[in-house]
Amino acid sequence: MVKKLFTGNKATAYGAMLARAQVVAAYPITPQTTIVERIADLVAEGKMKAKYVMVESEHSAMAASIAASNTGARAFTATSSHGLALMHEVLMWAAGARTPVVLVNVNRAMGPPWSVYADHQDAMSERDSGVIQFWAENNQEIMDSVIMAYKVAENKDVLLPAMVNQDAFFLSHTSEPVDVPDQEIVDQYLPPFETTVKLDVDDPKGFGSFIMPPQYMEFRGHMARSMDKAREVIKKADKEWEELTGRSYGGMMDMYKCEDAEFILFGAGTMMSTAKDVVDTLRKEGRKVGIARLRVFRPFPVDEIRYLADRAHAIGVLDRTFTFGYGGPLFNETNSQMYNHGKSPKTKNYIVGVGGRDVRQKHFRAIFDDLEKVAKEGYGKEGEVHWWGLLDGTTPEEEL
Amino acid sequence: MIEIRFHGRGGQGAVVASKLLAEAAFNEGKDVQAFPYFGVERRGAPVTAFTKIDNKHIRDKSMIYEPDHVIVMEASLLQAVDVKAGYSEKGIILVNSESEPEIIREQLGVKKVAVVNATKIALDNKLGSKFQPIVNTGMVGAFSRASGIVGIEAVDAAIMALPRYPERNAKAAREAYDSVVVLGGD
Repeated sequence: MVKKLFTGNKATAYGAMLARAQVVAAYPITPQTTIVERIADLVAEGKMKAKYVMVESEHSAMAASIAASNTGARAFTATSSHGLALMHEVLMWAAGARTPVVLVNVNRAMGPPWSVYADHQDAMSERDSGVIQFWAENNQEIMDSVIMAYKVAENKDVLLPAMVNQDAFFLSHTSEPVDVPDQEIVDQYLPPFETTVKLDVDDPKGFGSFIMPPQYMEFRGHMARSMDKAREVIKKADKEWEELTGRSYGGMMDMYKCEDAEFILFGAGTMMSTAKDVVDTLRKEGRKVGIARLRVFRPFPVDEIRYLADRAHAIGVLDRTFTFGYGGPLFNETNSQMYNHGKSPKTKNYIVGVGGRDVRQKHFRAIFDDLEKVAKEGYGKEGEVHWWGLLDGTTPEEEL
Repeated sequence: MIEIRFHGRGGQGAVVASKLLAEAAFNEGKDVQAFPYFGVERRGAPVTAFTKIDNKHIRDKSMIYEPDHVIVMEASLLQAVDVKAGYSEKGIILVNSESEPEIIREQLGVKKVAVVNATKIALDNKLGSKFQPIVNTGMVGAFSRASGIVGIEAVDAAIMALPRYPERNAKAAREAYDSVVVLGGD
């Protein structure tokens, strides 16, 4: 193992190389561009034994990845924001076709207004596509997750595409130390991709054929069950990685000091890494607080949410996006997982960091204060969905 | 944690400078983070970049608001940007300028300042052009001396790993290290 200073995008490219991706089809988009540039370099230098396919759009990038996967090759692509949105139709196809393609999405805001900064709307809008979603908080986790994503996606009980999410600039362009595992370790963890259902001229099969209503629903039911089975496969993959490298991401959820926590904040991405420092500070002041960081969005961490529900007085759910209907996606999912559980502490939704606004330690401290107040006195004028730091002339100092 | 903020203009190499400083501290066994904050990505526009250095794992992913040190890649930025924002005078402000250090100190209104003519050093070492000198390696070399946070050997090792003109850049860093003037030091 060698420790290197890598940006999130470099960690992504090296993750794909270590996972021995055999076909890479990608189209550049800020802030993902340096991923595909780096992979192109690695292929050109002969360090990565892959076929690099230049395509004219993200739609084609995923289409080529599906075709490659159909032949039994390990396929990789990367995109961001509008690129992921353009990929939407084919993401559905990749899932339905049960092709374990792995893609990395650099989370970036959707326009307009035009932006290149961190925001979770792109990925969370793919909630229902049938794509497994991992979420990273640092560059190490990005690299490890690319490798783990193949392990999970290619499992015979799963066979679904997987997406690894990393925040624009806060990870993609940030350099930090990354332990680069030896190729032998990765090979030991991740055997070559093998599938019996593949394009083979000597053994012709039909792919993507028309199907009648009685059979269609059976296919979707199988897909749903596979997504459910992915939970155990993810936990096992995390454990095996830990045995080899000493690194675990908590299986289905990364919990930080939640065991005895009375007030817990749940959210995704880099901001939750910052929040862990605040937990340490507040713990020193005697406050029982914890952080639950989203590690897997699809399948949703149902048991883990219910574990939190069993201990917390109140849960604050942070969404770096909005559903433009009601609440943020994590808030709505969290609430629905507790409804039939029997125990449901008060929850409040904090919409934060949208379009790359920086979420700082002082914000988390104020959010913890607000959550405690909500638990004692009920919701304030903002109600249960609070757009944090929105300028309306009366915005409190701690929200700015 | 030590937090350093860089102010530059697009094309001068502030982003690479933040990485080089991080790489140097990393070479000395520290945990580091280096990241840019791009506005409009074009030549000449003000750019901010950050480096964080600590003995323990850095989890905070937010930007730097109260820098311990500030590095200004070009003196004209002193009029364009509030380089002192959040700076509490605990560390040092390093400015690339051909002016007398005393003038820069007065202009900034701080006790301690470091000044180096990194533009001349860059041009002497054929780094960039007259209109677009690449001053980043010089600035990191000067910062090594002025702040004492990283050793010049670690800076040198980071520069020698650069893909283009490592020797010329290392020489520029060393010249800046030798020629930087610190005013108001203890």
